[in-house]
Amino acid sequence: MSESKFQPKSKIVQWIEYRLPIFSLMHAAVGPGYPTPKNLNYWWNFGSLAGLVLVVQIITGIVLAMHYTPTADLAFASVEHIMRDVNYGWLLRYVHANGGSMFFIVVYIHIFRGLYYGSYKAPRELLWMLGVVILLLMMATAFMGYVLPWGQMSFWGATVITSMFGAIPFIGDAILAFLWGDFAVGNATLNRFFSLHYLLPFVIVGVVILHMWALHQHGSNNPLGIDTKGPQDKVPFHPYYTAKDAFGVTVFIMFFAAMVFYEPNLLGHPDNYIPADRLSTPGHIVPEWYYLPFYAILRAITFDISIPGTNIVIITAKLAGVILMLGSILVLFLLPWLDFSKVRSATFRPLYKQIYWLLVIDVIVLGYVGAQKPEGILPTVGLIATAYYFIHFLVLMPIISKVEKPKPLPESISNPVIKAAE
Amino acid sequence: MTMNSARKAMIVAAFAGLSLGQSVSAIASGEAVALKEHDWTFAGPMGTYDRAAQQRGFQVYKEVCSACHGLKYIAFRNLTEIGLTEDEVKAIAAEYTVAGDVDEYGDPTERPGRTEDYLPSPFPNANAARFSNNGALPPDLSLITKARVGGPNYLYSLLTGYVDQPDDFDLGEGLTYNAYFPGHQIAMAMPLFEDAVEYADGTPATVEQLAEDVTVFLNWAAEPELEARHELGLRVMLFMLALTILVYFSNKKVWADIKKKKDDA
Repeated sequence: MSESKFQPKSKIVQWIEYRLPIFSLMHAAVGPGYPTPKNLNYWWNFGSLAGLVLVVQIITGIVLAMHYTPTADLAFASVEHIMRDVNYGWLLRYVHANGGSMFFIVVYIHIFRGLYYGSYKAPRELLWMLGVVILLLMMATAFMGYVLPWGQMSFWGATVITSMFGAIPFIGDAILAFLWGDFAVGNATLNRFFSLHYLLPFVIVGVVILHMWALHQHGSNNPLGIDTKGPQDKVPFHPYYTAKDAFGVTVFIMFFAAMVFYEPNLLGHPDNYIPADRLSTPGHIVPEWYYLPFYAILRAITFDISIPGTNIVIITAKLAGVILMLGSILVLFLLPWLDFSKVRSATFRPLYKQIYWLLVIDVIVLGYVGAQKPEGILPTVGLIATAYYFIHFLVLMPIISKVEKPKPLPESISNPVIKAAE
Repeated sequence: MTMNSARKAMIVAAFAGLSLGQSVSAIASGEAVALKEHDWTFAGPMGTYDRAAQQRGFQVYKEVCSACHGLKYIAFRNLTEIGLTEDEVKAIAAEYTVAGDVDEYGDPTERPGRTEDYLPSPFPNANAARFSNNGALPPDLSLITKARVGGPNYLYSLLTGYVDQPDDFDLGEGLTYNAYFPGHQIAMAMPLFEDAVEYADGTPATVEQLAEDVTVFLNWAAEPELEARHELGLRVMLFMLALTILVYFSNKKVWADIKKKKDDA
């Protein structure tokens, strides 16, 4: 299918286009002028879904901010004011609160799709790395957003997570006071978290634009993981993928709506409907579900690391946990250079496919451990699962990509005949 | 692994993630005790509140619970939502004395409650509440069903869970044994007794009935939007279902020529 040139018939569009070529930009970005592999499956719907949720979060968030009061004395009551007195305030808040979870569901599927089909490999390394930047920004944004209702889990979650920075040697306490704006989580912390929670989504929008720019440079990867060979392998983005994305959007909205209207508090904590109280610690402090695997990694190391044969501690257990947790995300930046296989799609990589599913299971195990109290066998399970997480990326991935013999690749997307074996 | 089984496994993974969130809430407040499962009219996607039960529950709150527990996010005007008339609400509000504006000399005044006032809490502050309650702080009940694991079932179980303590149980001073309270030692003495209130509609006021009614009322206090939410939810789901079917066939039609070529090849 040939690429279409942008030739507007409308005189008004021509007038504007001559001065500001915005219509041709749209045409080339999401219109008929963007050639896309014709074999994308439904796992490729999740990028557009992530974009949709981002827009929903920004719109509902801006309206919520019109009614919310970011002070320690009034925050909790202002959220109840939104729920009870603001017209459709309950809808705005439940959409926004569940929207955070939806964003992570969609983005995690999007990331695991990239891992399966090798979307991080050349020439899409920067596209992938920008995605990891978006994930980091999302995590920071969601964390600060969860603090805003100023319930018990808001307050104690903020205390536990910010305290991580206290583990940094020498300057930890200074960093903590700088983050808190005080000597504990309090009104100053709430104020700045609100300010940053309003700012960061727009930074995410900026990085999303870079992410899409990088995407358009070489186009989407595809389930076969082979490059498009010519026009016969592609279809114009519009109408083909606008139609397919629209179908994904309507199915997704039904899932989203079912949560908002029927189980709006399923993914939340009952404790967060108790106002923050610095004198009463909840029995079990857990982060939101989307942080659980990382929380398990944070708590994996339960022993100080000393110089062998001495009692001199070089890394405390707390610092080790913080380093591992940051490392668990930072390692994703290195992915393009840890996987030497020229074959992208796991469909043609029998060994990689197996460790891919082991990684999926490992992350689910980490999530489970993160949700539980660290009792019995669970800390050991968490330590092993954490070790495996890093072994996957730092050991298995490079080795397997060297020793694995991939299956023969198809000739092209439009001609899926397997090349004759050598 | 075929594409199909890969897809299934990914969906399973996604839902495992979801159910994790649930298990987190379940363990948030200590050991789990199997709660009494009550059949609430407001449960489920089409659920609504039973107006008569809400009004009886308000009577229980007013005559029993409100001695110690506030309901500070509920205004008298909200009571029209449980089926009381404007005049009835005005009369209820007028029974209370609330703080008025300062007078011309700058002194505080008091006046009868009006519909826009919020239900007065029984104690002026937490210290006063603790002083009157043997050191324990009776929580405000505005959000109680949302703030406890198990929600209405927990509240109902707790209120009907004052049973004799096991022989070997070592009860702290001033505490009462409760089968459903985490740790089983609760500072609130058994609040509901048979005929603790006299229902105007003649419903026999058993402990179970009182507990059920006040739970319905307090669930409304925590989730006053529930009926509107369920109603709008149904409209949204039906609309989205119809739209999804239309978009599905549109998508199919758009791709028809590509799929056909593929089959011909």
